[in-house]
Amino acid sequence: MSGRRIGVYVCQCGGNIGDYVDVDKVVATIEHEPDVVVARSAMFTCSDATQQEIVQDAEEQKLDGLVVASCSPKLHTYTFRDVAKRAGINPFQYTQVNVREQCSWTHTDDHEGATEKATRLVRAGINRTRLTEPLEPIVVETTPKSLVVGGGIAGLRAALGLAEIGLSVFLVEKEPRLGGWVASFGAMYPHGRNGAELVAKLEEAVRANPAITVFTNAEVMSKSGSFGNYQVTIAVHGERLETITVDVGSIVVATGFETYEPAAGEFGYGIDGVVTLPQFKKMVDGSAGPLTYNGRPVKTIAYVYCVGSRQSKDVEGGHTYCSRYCCTAAVHAALEVAAKADLSVRQYHLYRDMRTYGKYELLWNESREKGSLYLRVPDDEPPAVEKIASGGLKVTTRDLLTGGEEVAIPADLVVLVTGMVPRENDELVSVLKLPIGIDGFFNEIHPKLRPVETIVDGVYICGACQSPKNSAESVTSGLAAVTQSGAILKRGFAELDPMVAMVDTDACTWCDKCLEACPYAAIEQVDEDGKAVASVIRTACKGCGGCVPVCPTDAVDLQGYTDAQVKAMIDGLLEVTCS
Amino acid sequence: MTERLDTDKDQAFVPTILVLSTNNISDPGIDLAGSSHMHYSPKVMVISLPCTSGIKPGWVLYAMQQGFDGVFVAADGDECAYLSDCSERTSQIMADTQTLLQEDGFEPQRLRMAAICSVCAEPFTNYMHEFSKSLTELGPSRKASAA
Repeated sequence: MSGRRIGVYVCQCGGNIGDYVDVDKVVATIEHEPDVVVARSAMFTCSDATQQEIVQDAEEQKLDGLVVASCSPKLHTYTFRDVAKRAGINPFQYTQVNVREQCSWTHTDDHEGATEKATRLVRAGINRTRLTEPLEPIVVETTPKSLVVGGGIAGLRAALGLAEIGLSVFLVEKEPRLGGWVASFGAMYPHGRNGAELVAKLEEAVRANPAITVFTNAEVMSKSGSFGNYQVTIAVHGERLETITVDVGSIVVATGFETYEPAAGEFGYGIDGVVTLPQFKKMVDGSAGPLTYNGRPVKTIAYVYCVGSRQSKDVEGGHTYCSRYCCTAAVHAALEVAAKADLSVRQYHLYRDMRTYGKYELLWNESREKGSLYLRVPDDEPPAVEKIASGGLKVTTRDLLTGGEEVAIPADLVVLVTGMVPRENDELVSVLKLPIGIDGFFNEIHPKLRPVETIVDGVYICGACQSPKNSAESVTSGLAAVTQSGAILKRGFAELDPMVAMVDTDACTWCDKCLEACPYAAIEQVDEDGKAVASVIRTACKGCGGCVPVCPTDAVDLQGYTDAQVKAMIDGLLEVTCS
Repeated sequence: MTERLDTDKDQAFVPTILVLSTNNISDPGIDLAGSSHMHYSPKVMVISLPCTSGIKPGWVLYAMQQGFDGVFVAADGDECAYLSDCSERTSQIMADTQTLLQEDGFEPQRLRMAAICSVCAEPFTNYMHEFSKSLTELGPSRKASAA
């Protein structure tokens, strides 16, 4: 017994953990561990009620350590640090144990194995917590300036938002002009406003704002510095290349998307009259009255949905995800066609699943009222598009809504409803160390809990570089990135984890191996009672631990991951569970 | 496991594996394996650290001596946000660790390292299957240390 007073909370996460791990059994096993004074299971540990319960337990039981066994530490570390703080426990004397992603979800096939593993993991967490010391966060001053990469609708709105809350903004756009995709759009859903006019207004406001500096034909070349104080070098391509280095506290990435380009022959792509959704949108936006194609009136349109989306895993480089915006975009385009051409145009929609989510269902309803006809095609039998002798097009499919009947639709125009695909941005990815998700888009830490933050502190993502989004959603996420930037930059300082290296000066013999190992110049030689020893500059230390194994006298430890803690965790993982 | 009626002792042996992962890169990859409900042995357990260049060879030796049958280092490869030469550093640590393990009688196959990225769910799962299999063939580590 170390005299510590530790509270342990094991989460059911609804059924996410509880369905596979016998949480009550885990609690019953570990509640007798030394120093554990409270052990409970909870349906949702992150809920307000359980948080309150932890605070109350801590006060009643005078807890000085907290273990929460629930989801990955990526999700709720900050939630429970706050809980610890409210409970009077030092936030760095709390340990998160991952029994969901790395236990229940991995071992859905082995409940007994999952339960035993969860017990071992929790015990390791208790052992780690027992050896924690109270720590205070390291405070760094932050630069009240922000860099926005990408001048589409999300980047423009973010730049404006950042300026509006009093931050200086550098906006970098690769193209010669601002506006991105939306600058080329006419009327857009859900508001019916004209895309080109919308971004023109935004651009005007951005250009007029003295706090915003715009660089077009420009790219991010390199980034150095640390959280809160990045130095970013921007290359501006003009008659001659110029480079500019700016100091910023946060970076907002809004680099947008590409559209899916079908392969030749894919759903008849390449045949005259077979067009993609963006090409079609341009045609519709550009026609004042009834739609024509090659000078002839368009009387029948067939829409083929999910082109380049929800592809089979077997397709080389296939896009298995739903691109999400395209159903509503196609329905909206169909409504535009109907509005411009009385109701005489026949429009057939060949879909796999319609996803006009939320209020966009109203658009779908309206399109049906205005004559659009929906046919549901089988997932594994894509419609066939061919040219017929008379010069028109024919789309053949089976309609599941009428009992799988074969249908042949003669059409003047076939619209391939193509989705958004990730834009290639290798250089930016390598400069900013941006994480890329399984679908190729940039990855947030959590889609609901931390939707614009990345694992790189102070680097945020928004708009369609993160996932397919419509313009309204892109703007919303841009503003979320503004809020996040504001939270770290408006205060003038940010708090960093104090999980940095520390030196046992009794053991240190100043051999300078740790100094050599540190690329951040965080080690300095100091004099302690006439003896030369190493000392860690806490604000410069990144907490990688690279200096730990090089020390010949074991004098360096990483706070939060000390030699004693790692060994105690190993012990905890191996202790045999009696049940 | 003990309830299995296999008479062949080796078949009933499931190796205990310690994975050393990194908070920002390989641990999210391992999380993703779980989110995708990919399965591997529940005798695989992870301790996450900031960076694999901070692993002390003594930790691996300690884990083996205490009863782990194998240690897998899920390194960042070239993705490490801390150290541009992380791969070389971790490789050097692995070499030092290997020496330490062999001095203590542990077979070199009990220590493995591979780069696991933040979306390397499937590769990680495959590594765990392979490693479990080869350690099962090798048998429990304590047999080796006793020899």
